[in-house]
Amino acid sequence: MGGELSEQTRAGRFEEIALPHLAAAYNLARWLVHNDQDAEDVVQESFMRAFKSFKGYYGGNSRAWLLTIVRNTCYTWLQKNRGVHAIQSIDDNNLDELGLDFADPEVLLLQSVDAQIVRGALSELPVEFREVVVLREMEGFSYKEIADVIDLPLGTVMSRLARGRKRLHALLAQRMGKGASVELSANT
Amino acid sequence: MSCQQTHELIHGYLDGELALVKSIEIEQHLAGCPSCSQMHKSVRGLSAVMRSDALRFQPPADFEKRLRSTLRGESKHERKPALLQWPWLLAATLCGAILIVGLSLAGMFTRQSPDDLLAQEVVSSHVRSLMADHLTDVPSSDQHTVKPWFDGKLDFSPPVKDLTQQGFTLTGGRLDYIGNRPVAALVYLRRQHPINLFVWPSTAAPVMNEKALERQGYNLIRWAHGGMTYWAVSDLNLAELQQFAQLLQQQNPAQVLR
Repeated sequence: MGGELSEQTRAGRFEEIALPHLAAAYNLARWLVHNDQDAEDVVQESFMRAFKSFKGYYGGNSRAWLLTIVRNTCYTWLQKNRGVHAIQSIDDNNLDELGLDFADPEVLLLQSVDAQIVRGALSELPVEFREVVVLREMEGFSYKEIADVIDLPLGTVMSRLARGRKRLHALLAQRMGKGASVELSANT
Repeated sequence: MSCQQTHELIHGYLDGELALVKSIEIEQHLAGCPSCSQMHKSVRGLSAVMRSDALRFQPPADFEKRLRSTLRGESKHERKPALLQWPWLLAATLCGAILIVGLSLAGMFTRQSPDDLLAQEVVSSHVRSLMADHLTDVPSSDQHTVKPWFDGKLDFSPPVKDLTQQGFTLTGGRLDYIGNRPVAALVYLRRQHPINLFVWPSTAAPVMNEKALERQGYNLIRWAHGGMTYWAVSDLNLAELQQFAQLLQQQNPAQVLR
């Protein structure tokens, strides 16, 4: 058994473990900070942080480990550059104040929706919802993995995802000029 | 199931996160409720759109290259400040030396060979995997799923054998850390007894003749071949664990170290 890994081996091992997740890291950062250059900066800083804490990484889910760091770095960045108001503390029990609901699928015809419109709607979602939607829908994270990344209980992940999708539907319906037909009742 | 409950659970259902019984209840409700069925289609449709590549942001083509060179610069710079602060280095060296002397003295008294320590680590990892309910990172009985899962996570590719026919069911794999290195842990089930099979590349030619060991009520068998070291550990009785080890070696001509 070898002893301490040499610095070079450590760097090599880190690259092997972290770099396969670069696309996911960049996608998440880009969705959270909204800008190409900022996303690059945040990802670069995240990889530095990850490399420094790599000694503390003993196997396990490397993707969730890395994206946790990316997500936290994004939040630090948002707080610094967008002010504290960027992060509103969200009361997860009180999110339906807008009375938003599911859009009529036939109105939305989602399969043919322009990606540009969906992008716009997703960008408008509050960051707390945006991150769970990105992790679940684009990266295919399980609820458990998302819970690890955002450091909240599974139940909260589930409710944020539900509410995030619901808001997204409503935003899409508005953007497509069909706001009036968003009439699917929740309790029929 | 009511419409209200269906609305609450539909996301877990679509994401494959619900227990089977709940999923069936939802399916039954959807079959008889046009309104919920429409909502289901709506949520599913949105998910499908979200998964399209058009929504992903791709990093610039040269970003990975730039990141690599930044990381390499970082790993070179990381040691320098420590070297400049020589009093700390000296203190650390002294502490290290004292620690090493202390450990070797302790080792002499307790007569723990490196293999004993390794056996202890193997048992600890086994116990931990059961206590934390974290047996597998990749739950699968298919060797062709488990083996590729390790790609990019380890600097070697562990051989993965299916022994279902012989009564040892492959249930998955996980990353673990033993002897200061990441290792592959393959998990098999014999009746209700989990077996952890740890695999990593041998660093030296095996010279120790090692019999099957027993530690804390667990049986361990160690062997090596093809440049890999294997440790099997389980609460299974020794005879069956030996059978397991032999089956693995029949498929891979190898020698149990005895």
